[in-house]
Amino acid sequence: MNSFPWLTLLLIIPAAAAVVVAAVPRRLGTLAKQVTLAVTLVEFVLALLATIAYEPAKAGFQFSQKYSWIKQFGISYSVGADGISLVLILLATLLVPIVVLASWDEVDAASPDGAPVAGRRSVPAFFALLLALEAGMVGVFAATDVFLFYVFFEAMLIPMYFLIGSYGPVKEQAQRSYAAVKFLLYSLFGGLLMLAAVIGLYVVSSDQLGTGTFDFATLRQLDITPGVQKLLFLGFFIAFAIKAPLFPFHTWLPDAGAQSPTGGAILLVGVLDKVGTFGLIRYCIPLFPDASSYFAPVVLALAVIGIFYGALLAIGQRDMKRLVAYTSLAHFGFIAMGTFALTSQAGTGAVLYMVNHGLSTGLLFLVVGFLVARRGSRDVGAYRGMAQVTPVLAGVFLIAGLSSLALPGLNSFVSEFLVLAGTFTRYRALAIVATAGIVLAAIYILYLYQRTMTGPVVSEDARGVLDLSVREKIVVAPVVALIIALGIYPKPLIDIVRPTVTATFEDAGHTDPTPTAPVNASQAGGHS
Amino acid sequence: MSATASAIAAPQVLAQGAQGTIDVPAIQYSALSPILIVFGVALAGVLVDAFAPARARRGIQPLLAAAGFVAAFVAVVLLHARRQVLAAGALAIDGPALFLEGAILLFALLAVLLVAERRLDSSGGAIVASAAITPGSPGATAQRSSAAVQTEAYPLMAFSVAGMLLFVSSNTLLIMFVALEILSLPLYLLAGLARRRRLLSQEAAMKYFLLGAFSSAFFIYGLAFIYGYAGSVSLGRIADAAGTVGANDTYLYLGVALLGIGLFFKVGAAPFHSWTPDVYQGSPTPITAFMAAGTKVAAFGALLRLFYVAFGGLRWDWRPIVWIIAILTMVVGAVLALTQRDIKRMLAYSAIAHAGFLLTGLAAANSDGLSGSLFYLVAYGFTTIATFALVTLVRTADGEASDLSQWQGLGRRSPLLAGIFAFLLLALAGIPLTSGFTGKFAVFEAAIAGDATPLVVVALVTSAIAAFFYVRVIVLMFFQEPGADGPIIVTRPTLTYAAVGIGAVVTLLLGVAPQPLLDLAGTAATSGFVR
Repeated sequence: MNSFPWLTLLLIIPAAAAVVVAAVPRRLGTLAKQVTLAVTLVEFVLALLATIAYEPAKAGFQFSQKYSWIKQFGISYSVGADGISLVLILLATLLVPIVVLASWDEVDAASPDGAPVAGRRSVPAFFALLLALEAGMVGVFAATDVFLFYVFFEAMLIPMYFLIGSYGPVKEQAQRSYAAVKFLLYSLFGGLLMLAAVIGLYVVSSDQLGTGTFDFATLRQLDITPGVQKLLFLGFFIAFAIKAPLFPFHTWLPDAGAQSPTGGAILLVGVLDKVGTFGLIRYCIPLFPDASSYFAPVVLALAVIGIFYGALLAIGQRDMKRLVAYTSLAHFGFIAMGTFALTSQAGTGAVLYMVNHGLSTGLLFLVVGFLVARRGSRDVGAYRGMAQVTPVLAGVFLIAGLSSLALPGLNSFVSEFLVLAGTFTRYRALAIVATAGIVLAAIYILYLYQRTMTGPVVSEDARGVLDLSVREKIVVAPVVALIIALGIYPKPLIDIVRPTVTATFEDAGHTDPTPTAPVNASQAGGHS
Repeated sequence: MSATASAIAAPQVLAQGAQGTIDVPAIQYSALSPILIVFGVALAGVLVDAFAPARARRGIQPLLAAAGFVAAFVAVVLLHARRQVLAAGALAIDGPALFLEGAILLFALLAVLLVAERRLDSSGGAIVASAAITPGSPGATAQRSSAAVQTEAYPLMAFSVAGMLLFVSSNTLLIMFVALEILSLPLYLLAGLARRRRLLSQEAAMKYFLLGAFSSAFFIYGLAFIYGYAGSVSLGRIADAAGTVGANDTYLYLGVALLGIGLFFKVGAAPFHSWTPDVYQGSPTPITAFMAAGTKVAAFGALLRLFYVAFGGLRWDWRPIVWIIAILTMVVGAVLALTQRDIKRMLAYSAIAHAGFLLTGLAAANSDGLSGSLFYLVAYGFTTIATFALVTLVRTADGEASDLSQWQGLGRRSPLLAGIFAFLLLALAGIPLTSGFTGKFAVFEAAIAGDATPLVVVALVTSAIAAFFYVRVIVLMFFQEPGADGPIIVTRPTLTYAAVGIGAVVTLLLGVAPQPLLDLAGTAATSGFVR
């Protein structure tokens, strides 16, 4: 049962480092940064090694560990990785060092007009919060005990809350505390509904098995009556729909996205929100298969509404961070659609989409963050013709944008294609309608690029803006490389993800629809 | 003539009694030792206050009280396996009683630390001397700057603790009533002893006394009805009587309702909560901490015993009422807390909301509900004492900075203190990895298992509302600039720091590794109440 503790190590290292970094005196900010960077890099290497050690062909969880935690309620510390959680852990551990490097000067920098920054908290605390967040992210994906999952799900909110509230835009004190509180309360509310469902699940398990348990593998064997399934499903679903977020639970996202520091926004939208979509595929579908089929049309409808609603609002935004947040709403629509189409192809696409969206949106937030750091404004109107002044930045921006609108050859195309193709096999009309969302994506991205990067330079003082520094180039390079590499050769990722997704749907009794047109085996692709 | 007649009559009565056999109740003093020790300490405290010189009193009293509570706690630990009915059925020593006695003694010990703190206020301690001086009178001006210290608070606290110990182990309604009075009367006095803001404090004492007396009257009226119904005040006999089909059910239901009102008042459940904010705000903060933890534990102990032992057979009758009261209490506590500007009033409403969460454990009406409630009480007590202790630390020149706006920017001035306070608030909000979450989980799990799912959903929604006002304080402390006349933090109040530290560490421990205490509560609950 207990093998080499990859996941526990991945969990402990950032948690311990968070404590250490938090204890670093305020004046030694640079030391805190260096320690954090080193730790997060080690963490990433470790996650990479774990991925290499992972055997995709083997069924079930790997690297499992289980120790009893609270015996009275059958709660254990149990972690394990399958294809889905592994790639998300990899994504999280990849993004954190990038965020650390990207936020190097953000916390202690003076505001752009040179005024001293009042009300900021210490540099070590910022990096300690990032590390705590990383531990939470690893934990939430690695947990195979529903209670443990819930604990990480909620505990993760606290560092993010402080990241937004304490380290958001300097001058917008009222807005950032509003955004922080809104974020926390939305998530807490969803979390509490999930808690009710978690306890309900426990009571069902103790009714059926004699002793209650939170063990995920045991819980999915339960035979829950349809009525109860629907209620429990809703408890989990609403929590995840708020977290992801799906329309109409999304209103906190633009606020939180705009008021986060750049690093916070990347992790928030890139990874934290994935906990919602991850929860849908990991918990909702396997635990409540009947309810999932029952509610699938509702979820799909919300997903498609989200795709269009998010895109339309993104087109109308002038605040660049809010714009990126709204594009994510559209992307989460695609992910939810892929998940609830309940075909292995669409499901694989959805998981891949989670990773790709983390990369492309992460890069978009990075570039926007770089722009804001240079000009001190998130408003589109403060930029025009920046491509002349900062050609490298503009180039990176373009790549991020093209990835976000799923240009063939870049990473997101693969996942979007899989989602749409997989959905098409079951819900043709829906897939056709959703495809129109891609056109809107092209509009919001290209329109943003056009307004900020092309044309004559906005003003004389904008000519003095510097292009990307060496540090910033190092920050964006790995993401750009991955966006291109995964666009051309996504196979390694698909190989890890697909067996798990297929098994998830098969265990839940959702078989892929048989193709209506005869295909020969070599072209069958995801139609297993 | 008539005097002679009565003189003659009296021996006759005695003689009649003497002719029959008098059962001398076998009192096992060892099993009573925790209660006896605390009573002894209280009496000794009175003597010390009367005869020891003023300077010596300040040292002796807190030590005496603390030593007494420690000794009583040790006695509780030694007694842990006892399950028996004592003193002719008047007292029950059983799992829940011993568990709660232990909790009360620990909370009393922490409260002594807070009361004994003399470094916080420039004139020495939170307790005023000569509390009877009318605010606004010439004497009050002198009182404001006087550094006089009196030590009657310690014996009063000890009496109150003794009453609490008696309350949770009383096995007849009469003893329960006596205990209720013993625990309450000293608290009425203590509420009026705040050194600062005398008018508020006296108002609190007055309100607490009047409403408390009123609720005691309800209790004793209910007692009379129950006696009329069952012919006995013993909880066991009442249960037997309630189990039979009788014609006088009206008396029974009236009695249950009136006794319930008396106890719901003490736990601060809506609609009997209105004293809580005023008393919490006006009392000296160390006493508030003591009341918030100790009284809640004692009153819930009595409530659980009354409803499980005496009226256990009637649970289908009282459960709907407890549901309604629990829902009302949670909603009133959470919603009204949103509108508060004073930190102590806000915490008072939070205490009301927590009483509501605890009532879901009672509404579960099963063994898990009992053990969950026991755990919750301990977890909540430690957190709440630490919270109020921290409130005493944040001060302006004019006493505690009770207005929320004065807490603005505390995170910048003293990050550690604000961090601990934020942690405690998150625990009260029930965030995982704190004791508050484990407690809520235990209670809600029992309630769902006991078919009270709708109640749990309401509890979770109100938890979300409650989270808002806890989080609002965190926003104030961390995300806003300190005001020009921000609070002063007094340096090195060792005793208060110790209380805060202990409370915070226990809050964390019970969140991360709750198993030992859950086991203890589970053992206490499964062995059940003796009758």
